[in-house]
Amino acid sequence: MWDYSEKVKEHFFDPKNAGAVSDANAVGDVGSLSCGDALRLTLKVEDKTDIILNAGFQTFGCGSAIASSSALTEMVKGLTVDEALEISNQDIADYLDGLPPEKMHCSVMGREALQAAVANYRGEELEDDHEEGALVCKCFAIDEVMVRDTVRANSLSSVEEVTNYTKAGGGCSACHEGIEQILTEEMEARGETFTPAPIAATKKNVVHLKKEDVKKIEPEKPAAAKLTTVQRIKLIEKALDEIRPSLQRDHGDVELVDVDGKNIYVKLIGACVGCQLASATVGGIQQKLMEALGEFVKVTPVSDEQLTNLAGV
Amino acid sequence: MNDIYLDNNATTMVDPAVVDEMLPFFSEQFGNPSSIHSFGNKVGLAIKKARKTIQTLLGAEYDSEIIFTSCGTESDSTAILSALRAQPERKEIITTEVEHPAILTLCENLETQGFVVHYLKVDEKGRLDLNAYQRLLSDKVAIVSVMWANNETGTIFPVEKMAEMAQNAGIMFHTDAVQAVGKLPVNLKDSCIHMLSLSGHKLHAPKGIGVLYLKRGTRFRPLLRGGHQERGRRAGTENAAAIVGLGKAAQLALEHMAFENSHVSALRDKLQEGILKAVPCSFVTGDPDNRLPNTANIAFEYIEGEAILLLMNKFGIAASSGSACTSGSLEPSHVMKAMGIPYTAAHGTVRFSLSRYNTEEEIDKVIEAVPPIVAKLRKLSPYWEGDGPVEEPEKSFAPVYA
Repeated sequence: MWDYSEKVKEHFFDPKNAGAVSDANAVGDVGSLSCGDALRLTLKVEDKTDIILNAGFQTFGCGSAIASSSALTEMVKGLTVDEALEISNQDIADYLDGLPPEKMHCSVMGREALQAAVANYRGEELEDDHEEGALVCKCFAIDEVMVRDTVRANSLSSVEEVTNYTKAGGGCSACHEGIEQILTEEMEARGETFTPAPIAATKKNVVHLKKEDVKKIEPEKPAAAKLTTVQRIKLIEKALDEIRPSLQRDHGDVELVDVDGKNIYVKLIGACVGCQLASATVGGIQQKLMEALGEFVKVTPVSDEQLTNLAGV
Repeated sequence: MNDIYLDNNATTMVDPAVVDEMLPFFSEQFGNPSSIHSFGNKVGLAIKKARKTIQTLLGAEYDSEIIFTSCGTESDSTAILSALRAQPERKEIITTEVEHPAILTLCENLETQGFVVHYLKVDEKGRLDLNAYQRLLSDKVAIVSVMWANNETGTIFPVEKMAEMAQNAGIMFHTDAVQAVGKLPVNLKDSCIHMLSLSGHKLHAPKGIGVLYLKRGTRFRPLLRGGHQERGRRAGTENAAAIVGLGKAAQLALEHMAFENSHVSALRDKLQEGILKAVPCSFVTGDPDNRLPNTANIAFEYIEGEAILLLMNKFGIAASSGSACTSGSLEPSHVMKAMGIPYTAAHGTVRFSLSRYNTEEEIDKVIEAVPPIVAKLRKLSPYWEGDGPVEEPEKSFAPVYA
């Protein structure tokens, strides 16, 4: 049984805006019957203002496809067409308090239906650039087409590289056999032979703190300790801003919570929460902050609950 | 209202009598059956008794033809890999395109290692073409593996006949009979079947126990080598409690064989007729004239199976579906695809599989619950309008990915 959130169940068992909008002036049909998911989105858009007055859906699909459709119609009502197009598939998933990785394509379908409906409203042609393959990496919801295309485009030759480029294989590692198979086929196609590393290489993005590292950093920049707290916080914020885009690309983010001497508390946001690479992410942040401040610091992620305790409430 | 369990092809409830039989083997009867002392000896005798009962259920000639394994999948893998290792000069395998993944995934993997696998096709009712099969039999084939009954549709294959054809061509024959054993009478001593897989949890024994039947004289290479357990054909300390449980379950299956084929099949027929009568645009998949007594697979057109299951689950009714979404794959069931069931129906297939524990009252409740569920989902479907499908459904809604 899928681990559906309460929100998904709510929108499945009691869907909102089911059925076609009778006076619709925007229709988007998307999906794939072979996959068993297809959606027709109908919108009534006010001509002068471009505001979506009404939205309805008809879905042939599973529980999360129906829930995603229902969520989408709720989200777009009252928005202008341009505002609606800002909605990403992750926004749909977030609205539903998350979807299982195998079901993320349901939110993608919602997003595409919206694009199709808007294109229909504006009288534009929509390019069909969708391709979806069987799921390879369940931890990060990466499909075969994605892995294959990336391997081909970048001439990748190891599982580790595939993980670095696509994240596939970066979690539980159960899909490594499948990735190796793809590498074998793709490398054969370009006239090479896949040769696996004898044992799994150490993860490069995980920072292991050793006592030697600490010693090494401190004497190099003795002046660093003289920074005022405000100066330190500014440097920390600047460093975090540099890291931020790469986290946001994966639908995550980080927020500075408190600085207490060498202890820096941060809050991981969005997809970072519960991510299997969270500890690696924190390690990476710590490394960046140490480089920026020129001193040893310890970065600790805190949850909302710990945050309350920290504030002494 | 108690929950209604109609997913017995997935797994079955362990019979309370089986549990009673097993319990002492978790406490006082903890000995290793290989030990010489009385602790082990009693367990050894219990396993011997279980082996005898399973021999009777399968109609095997000798009790030494019964090898205990951990599950149906292990039995399947052992059988096929043994045939390939024992006959290295033979590089071909014959199977069907509707086998369980326990066979298909293994075969796909063997193809990457240079073996040639022939997948027999089925017709729209899931039936095999024996002439096509006959043409494939040659001295290049190491083993034929064909399921006795299909897990999704319940369709029965003529494995006894097919085994005879293989025997005449000098080829080993294996059958994955996990769905058939306990529901259909089996008499292996008078058949040409060399190997057969069964799984305990499909016949009211616990999970984690299986059997590979190996006809005396069949060339064999073990999958697991080690100790002398199972006469060296499957090393590893015996799962004594589960073996004892399977023995009891086999005895109960024998006692209920007639009941299964009269009472259970009558309930199944009632369920099927009740639903087909009340739900338009629905039909039975597979071969209704030749199938397991407990199984009915019904396709509900223009809606999707997982959604049906979720709504049924709300009413406490458990079944399963051939839709892509219930498995996390991108395609609907390979069995439905093989029979050429259109996508708009294949995704909406629901398998109802009964057991001797189901009651007529339960069946009445399901017949009452299903039609409104289907109607509710059809209301959401782009293929449905009012009381029926839209005109030319394939044309009026032909979505593409944007």
